[in-house]
Amino acid sequence: MNIEKLSSAFSNVLGLNGDKITDDLSYGSLGWDSVAHMKIIAAIEDSFDIMLETEDVIDMSSFKKAKEILTKYGIAF
Amino acid sequence: MESLFNLNGKIAFVTGAARGIGWQTALMLASNGAKVIINDLADSENLQTKIKDAKEQNIDLTTLFFDVSDYVQVKNAYSSIFKEFKRLDILVNNAGIMEDSMISTASEAHIEKTFKINTFGAIYNTQYASRLMARNNSGSIINISSIIGTKGNAGESVYSASKSALIGLTLSTAKELAPLGIRVNAIAPGFIDTDLVSHFSEEIRQKTISNIKLGRIGTPEDVAKAVLFFASDLSAYITGQVLGVDGGMII
Ligand SMILES: NC(=O)c1ccc[n+]([C@@H]2O[C@H](COP(=O)([O-])OP(=O)(O)OC[C@H]3O[C@@H](n4cnc5c(N)ncnc54)[C@H](O)[C@@H]3O)[C@@H](O)[C@H]2O)c1
Repeated sequence: MNIEKLSSAFSNVLGLNGDKITDDLSYGSLGWDSVAHMKIIAAIEDSFDIMLETEDVIDMSSFKKAKEILTKYGIAF
Repeated sequence: MESLFNLNGKIAFVTGAARGIGWQTALMLASNGAKVIINDLADSENLQTKIKDAKEQNIDLTTLFFDVSDYVQVKNAYSSIFKEFKRLDILVNNAGIMEDSMISTASEAHIEKTFKINTFGAIYNTQYASRLMARNNSGSIINISSIIGTKGNAGESVYSASKSALIGLTLSTAKELAPLGIRVNAIAPGFIDTDLVSHFSEEIRQKTISNIKLGRIGTPEDVAKAVLFFASDLSAYITGQVLGVDGGMII
């Protein structure tokens, strides 16, 4: 399932339990800093086999936003 | 013991590699096992002949033509690298131009062109390459600066500034990308025998060589060897450095 794949990209990088990965999770909280951000991007690109545009890397400010962005790449949630 | 130069399984991308330092760098990395993608502005018969000759020596080179100073072209290039190879281990920001100008007469067009190719091009490539490298938590970026960027030279202020900027880029990205396992280093070549300096008169050429302690002009291979060092595990613990490859040149 795509939602699980996305969720585990976040939880693996941030070292969090899956239940902490909610729509509200946003940049700047729970260890999601600039370094983690690049790791999350890499993990997402790896799991979904895509390459994100720089604008989307900048825009990905929450878990909810990540789902929205990935939809543009043909990934449904 | 396995050779520390070994680049087997690594994917390398060299900009401005149709000739000169870039071309020798591509050969050097490929002959040490890397799969090398060479970039330049355009294909040519001459380049195809060189690629064919290399193939006869069992050196396989892939090409990707685009203008490093064009953001959209860079972006598209990396999506094609991603599609075809899925990874990137080595980036050599080598593409560059050198046009002499006195500061008082440097035109706006010349200033912009020099920075777009020499500086912006390297920044754009670093931006995309580092994202591909981050996926494997490893990578090496090598920026080709110049002794003129580290020491300065009359009549080359704009070029010099564009090459000094690569040192700032190297120092900062080395810090920023280290947590992602990516090393960044710069090479500052001195006077290297390529088309870039072929317009020098014999007199200037000899005068320049007289300022080189090792007593000769450098070869593209001299620079390529330093690139191999930074690309390989020999430099696994080295990042944020600027290495002069100049034969002890005084400028
Ligand atoms: N030759 C020297 O003495 C010397 C000294 C110090 C630094 N350098 C640097 O080394 C690098 C390589 O120089 P070289 O001596 O091999 O010169 P060169 O002119 O032989 O090679 C440069 C290559 O870059 C390509 N290029 C130019 N603009 C480009 C663009 N927008 N997009 C893609 N490719 C582009 C050119 O077509 C050419 O093939 C340059 O960055 C140069 O500034 C050279």
